[in-house]
Amino acid sequence: MARSIKKGPYIDFNLEKKVVVMNDASKKSVIKTWSRRSMISPDFVGHTFAVHNGNKFIPVYVTENMVGHKLGEFSPTRTFRGHSGDKKK
Amino acid sequence: MARIAGIDLPKNKRGEIGLTYIYGVGRSTAQRILKEAGIDFNTKVQEWSDDQLTAIRNIINDQIKVEGALRSEVQLNIKRLMDIGCYRGLRHRKGLPVRGQRTKNNSRTRKGKRKTVAGKKKATK
Repeated sequence: MARSIKKGPYIDFNLEKKVVVMNDASKKSVIKTWSRRSMISPDFVGHTFAVHNGNKFIPVYVTENMVGHKLGEFSPTRTFRGHSGDKKK
Repeated sequence: MARIAGIDLPKNKRGEIGLTYIYGVGRSTAQRILKEAGIDFNTKVQEWSDDQLTAIRNIINDQIKVEGALRSEVQLNIKRLMDIGCYRGLRHRKGLPVRGQRTKNNSRTRKGKRKTVAGKKKATK
């Protein structure tokens, strides 16, 4: 079920603070984050986030289309390399 | 013969059902359209007068997205998901279920016909 509109989007406070600081200083650097649950807000566009996938950090460059998705959606947690028999197509 | 949005409607069906032959119109939308046009749900498609037909056409044209326009909208939405590389997009790319269903078995609608893999050889002796 989708989140209630009344509550507004969920963004981890620490993450939002970092982005706002960076926007004010108008500089860009990669932000390392574990907060996969945070919604991508319009402020995030143009920044790069290193989103943890449980193993390592996946760099995610945020574009306008991604607003409204969660950071975790762009950092896959599973690797599927195919079944043993699938060597040839 | 009633022709709406490039689709021939079946003439022997009740209006409410006939309209659902249009892509993008289901039972509830059909009922809404008919209510707005002031036509009884039970009137057969072939019994509609020209005036009523025009009324229905106008409502469909002005208010709802059907057929080609709707199909392309859906495709664009899917394409957007694939382009931004989010999880749902990846699932679309691979042709696997998008909404977290199990894939250990079933989900044949998305995966298509079974591709049989040769079984393990039995140990001899």
